[in-house]
Amino acid sequence: MSELKVDEIQKRLLAEVADLHEIPVGAFNIRSNGGSIGRVSTANIEITSKEDVSGIDVRIKPGTKRESVHIPVVMTVSGLTEIVYNDFYIGEDSDVTIVAGCGIDNCGPKDSEHDGIHRFFVGKGARVKYVEKHYGSGDGKGKRILNPGTEVYMEEDSYMEMDMVQIKGVDDTNRTSVAELAKGAKLVVRERLMTHGEQNAVSIYNVTLNGEGSSADVVSRSVARDDSYQKFDAKIIGNAPCSGHTECDSIIMDNGRILAVPGLEANNVDAELFHEAAIGKIAGDQLIKLMTLGLTEAEAEEQIVNGFLK
Amino acid sequence: MLELKNITFDVNDEDGAKEIIKDVSLTIPDNKMIVVTGPNGGGKSTLARIIAGIEKPTSGRIYFNGEDITDMSITDRAKSGIGFAFQQPVKFKGIRVVDLIRLAKGSELSVADACTYLSEVGLCAREYIDREVNSSLSGGELKRIEIATILAKASKLSIFDEPEAGIDLWSFQNLIQVFESMRDNIHDSSIMIISHQERILNIADEIVVIRNGVLAAQGPKDEILPTLLHTESAVDGYCFKQQGKAARAAAAAN
Repeated sequence: MSELKVDEIQKRLLAEVADLHEIPVGAFNIRSNGGSIGRVSTANIEITSKEDVSGIDVRIKPGTKRESVHIPVVMTVSGLTEIVYNDFYIGEDSDVTIVAGCGIDNCGPKDSEHDGIHRFFVGKGARVKYVEKHYGSGDGKGKRILNPGTEVYMEEDSYMEMDMVQIKGVDDTNRTSVAELAKGAKLVVRERLMTHGEQNAVSIYNVTLNGEGSSADVVSRSVARDDSYQKFDAKIIGNAPCSGHTECDSIIMDNGRILAVPGLEANNVDAELFHEAAIGKIAGDQLIKLMTLGLTEAEAEEQIVNGFLK
Repeated sequence: MLELKNITFDVNDEDGAKEIIKDVSLTIPDNKMIVVTGPNGGGKSTLARIIAGIEKPTSGRIYFNGEDITDMSITDRAKSGIGFAFQQPVKFKGIRVVDLIRLAKGSELSVADACTYLSEVGLCAREYIDREVNSSLSGGELKRIEIATILAKASKLSIFDEPEAGIDLWSFQNLIQVFESMRDNIHDSSIMIISHQERILNIADEIVVIRNGVLAAQGPKDEILPTLLHTESAVDGYCFKQQGKAARAAAAAN
């Protein structure tokens, strides 16, 4: 981080949301408190600022292999609210990793909010791994709010894996993800969520399988502790011979509450859609087993939750 | 050494209070393998769970190496040297075999060291070490992993609640070797196995019979085993072998 002007809090946030301990290899754009503080494009990946609204365009050339883009966002100023529009154009037959994520440290009295609207245009035969982590810290009364919107448009035979993680510190989240898949495209979503205190998290997925042989697998694992509330609303629409699976597997603790609303809509006789949803407290025999190995009840609980969200 | 003194255990159900364990006093000496047998529903598993601290006795005291552990928690009993292998191994989501063995060992353990425990129970370590301890594993595999955690914990008293339950006979044949090896390597510790299998009873130093919640008999294997043969307390070895053969023949045919 020597060439970037970041303080210790920003460094910590970058490490939390993007595992960044130094300047990333490959293309990147680091946004802090409303502006870009560092940006690098590469021969195959071009990052430019949008002119009409706040945000960036990321263009990945066709055939780009094994390259990565990091676009973390950090906020350390209390009371800042921003909406950012980022568009990703992923060229045909490329194979890339995109690491996004937002960390908010709010020590002040006012709410801080980052709403990142991401659109992905995944070209024919392209493969994308997308990692998005959310993290909040700071002991101010102001809330840390993240409302991401994600739109994914997948062309023929493309593949996208989305790893969405929010484990700590975000007071309020309303996440909406929409995807449309063409022939042979495959979308895999792995969401991991933990809420605590009085946090509120809503996660909505709306995946439309338009092409023959397209498939989606949307799986959420979540833990709601203390007085927190979560809503998981995952809908898969099959308009062609396709396969879709959605799963919500949740642990509730203390006074945590979870509402799971799995939805399936089949508009083609060859659409095969499944959903599973399970909500419950930690099984007593799991706690007892770990206690017979010498762990206290609290340690056992921690191991079970950590494993579940791993 | 474990001493149970006048242990009783009552449960309350629709029909009122029922005595599951009735005034059982029992000593498990050091350097011995004790096999507890008896008809189903006789209270054997309950007794094992009382020793591990999972159930609290209605009355009576439990002493472990001279210390009264009756009011100790499960955790403290585990720390003081009691290990307990579940009859139905517990499944977890996200916890891997290596994680469970490390937790059992109670210290950082290299993958190579963790693998030795799996090899001891007859599992190919490389194939299992990173697997999650979940329903993708068969009953026999889960049972072996459960036993591997007990080996890793290396307790002064290791209790196995019906190791034969829920696994096929072919897998059980192999598990017998694990117990034989444990019996041969017993050192400043003791092993208590709840089992109906004659082959397990056959490697015991002492046999304890619990019937209808009462300690019906206790003594050296040579004295007790002949009285149990061909009863449900000691499943017939010949019959067992024949079933094993049939299972192997079926497996070969497939």
